[in-house]
Amino acid sequence: MNFAKTDNLLLAGGEIIDIKSGKHEKVDIVIQNGKIDKIGAIEKKGFNGQIIDASGCIITPGLMDMHVHLREPGREDKETIDSGCAAATAGGFTAVACMPNTTPVCDTQEVVRFIKKKAEKLLVDVFPVAAITKGRQGKEITEMAELIREGAVAFSDDGSPVADTAVMRNAMDYVKMFDVPIIDHCEDPFLAQGGHMNEGVMSTKLGMQGIPNAAESLQIERDIQLSRLTGARVHIAHLSVREGVELIRRAKDEGLPITAEVAPHHLMFSDQDLVNYDTHLKMNPPLRTPEDIAALEKGIKEGVIDVFASDHAPHTIEEKDVEFDAAPFGILGLETMLAIILKQIVNRNIISLHQALEKLTIAPRRILNLPLPEVKEGYEANLTLINLNEMWTYDVSNSRSKSRNAPYNGMTFQGKAVGVFNRGLFESNFSQ
Amino acid sequence: MALSNRHLLGLDGVPAEDISKILDTAESLKTILSRPIPKVPTLRGITVVNLFFENSTRTRISFELAEKRLSADTVNFTSSGSSVKKGETLKDTVRNIEAMKIDMVVIRHASAGTPYFLTKCINSVIINAGDGRHEHPTQALLDMMTLREKWGTLKGKKVAIIGDIRHSRVAGSNMRGLVTMGAEVLVCGPRTLIPPGIEEMGVHVTYNLDEALAWADALNVLRIQLERQEKGLFPSIREYHAEYGITRERLKRFDKEIVIMHPGPINRGVEIDSDVADSDASIILEQVTNGVAVRMAVLVLLSGIDAAHES
Ligand SMILES: [Zn+2]
Repeated sequence: MNFAKTDNLLLAGGEIIDIKSGKHEKVDIVIQNGKIDKIGAIEKKGFNGQIIDASGCIITPGLMDMHVHLREPGREDKETIDSGCAAATAGGFTAVACMPNTTPVCDTQEVVRFIKKKAEKLLVDVFPVAAITKGRQGKEITEMAELIREGAVAFSDDGSPVADTAVMRNAMDYVKMFDVPIIDHCEDPFLAQGGHMNEGVMSTKLGMQGIPNAAESLQIERDIQLSRLTGARVHIAHLSVREGVELIRRAKDEGLPITAEVAPHHLMFSDQDLVNYDTHLKMNPPLRTPEDIAALEKGIKEGVIDVFASDHAPHTIEEKDVEFDAAPFGILGLETMLAIILKQIVNRNIISLHQALEKLTIAPRRILNLPLPEVKEGYEANLTLINLNEMWTYDVSNSRSKSRNAPYNGMTFQGKAVGVFNRGLFESNFSQ
Repeated sequence: MALSNRHLLGLDGVPAEDISKILDTAESLKTILSRPIPKVPTLRGITVVNLFFENSTRTRISFELAEKRLSADTVNFTSSGSSVKKGETLKDTVRNIEAMKIDMVVIRHASAGTPYFLTKCINSVIINAGDGRHEHPTQALLDMMTLREKWGTLKGKKVAIIGDIRHSRVAGSNMRGLVTMGAEVLVCGPRTLIPPGIEEMGVHVTYNLDEALAWADALNVLRIQLERQEKGLFPSIREYHAEYGITRERLKRFDKEIVIMHPGPINRGVEIDSDVADSDASIILEQVTNGVAVRMAVLVLLSGIDAAHES
């Protein structure tokens, strides 16, 4: 992919949106050598460099998706670090955190180094999440100190839970020394075993083994108790159940260091959408009920949910074009997350635009202890340009991902990222 | 078109008129079965493939006989291993078979929704012969046919389905079909074998067999699979039989004739005792005969051939 260098650049006529106050301010921005050099009213005539017309766009700190599966190393047929990051920039993201369920598992310094190296020249900051346990086997904890030193920003066995409570307790005790969070895929493996969708009326009607809400909420509760015991920071991945919202609310009220994310598909679809056994609606945790969606929205509104994260999970066409039971869990998400959050959350007034942007920019970086980008003079130009009015239709055949497993094909959305700036590079007016 | 859908994927959403038409057609086709030469040329030139990805001797034989009685060309494809195992995908398998110019596919598969998936892969008419624990429409149709023969109508009749409702595609289709035809349905079994939210399918639920017996005009007794006990869904065969087994003593408590059905194969002495299964109130063998007639009716009605000119 070709990126232009962000040097001697005038971003003219955009509106900076302040994440804290939501205040819009129409300004011009001069970027020199990857840095924000000047903000204010800049005379175009006298400017000796490239001018980008940002009128009609808002400018925010670069978006971050803290839950993606880039599949490299091991399943480069599904996605690579390069293709996943290309999808990320198309979605408006300047940073991602990638999950360790690769082959080999990201449980050694070598794999962390490999990922960092592969991402070195890309616009997107790629932050590896390393495994909690060696081989994601749930038995022995990884060399966490070394992994952090190499660049791991969090620990997760995502894709699988850590079933053994004592192992998880040790992981939390150990990781507490470094103030790095555990990101947990909460699922009681015994309760969830054999399940392919949410347990309830719909699984009964469709004749499928279900995964009850309790499989998720039990482990959320366990993690909360372990956080109370150890003091470790715990981030709940892809929260999907109403009981979980309540548990996290109470944990936060108590002052425990618990954070949570929700994925756009859990806000957009419910198990009632599975009537045609569409494998593009098969993911884990599964699509829940409209009551769960309502509870997630309430959790977003009341600040229980900190972050939007896509759980971008590429799978090949062949793997998904099978009987429902045989299909793997997971769908694409990077290119559509912003649009879905605008549609389901902002446009329905669950929270305001700047509150939503906070959950897409600053909040994930805060959880992962990363530097916070700001649109201020002297800061790195780590920016996303969003046109809130642009109507566009998602055509999955043009996706930058190597996979095609998205349920959003043909859907029309309002609002699109039209430019990203980071690491001295920029890309704008994406063709998908 | 004879029916409102060109496939038979299940009884979900199938209107009463369609079910009546299938049962009426089956009744008239049944007379063929007792002729000296029980064969008609109705489906001559039509090729039917029986795709069985799960062992089921009975259903396969019943379909095959129905096809042969109608003079269709039939081919059997049987594969006991699941398609999840590495090798050809289901989609490739059926597309290859369809490329050999066939008209109809009868499919039995362990995964719910597979017949629907096939409609997206190929153009042939699809008949569901059982998909996972979802539906088994021809079984429910033959059950309804047998009850209608017995009673003349299904309207207002009370049918209790006893046993492992949760894993039963027979229950899945019977509930839907009977409710559509105006019968009342009650499901009865241990709580571990009743799936969540089943009331929303318009059926009554009880965990007490005596309550079910007091209520019912007919029982459809499901086969209990030993692996359910191994998975801890009920404590022992002994306790299952004591609580839910259909025995003569149990039935004697009620001063009425209750019609007895079973989709087979029977575990005698487990879900039902021999003296009940073989009693005068049992219509189990009628079910088997009607199975062929109902499958003939479905094949004829979905074949696109106007049966009125033939037979
Ligand atoms: Zn996960």
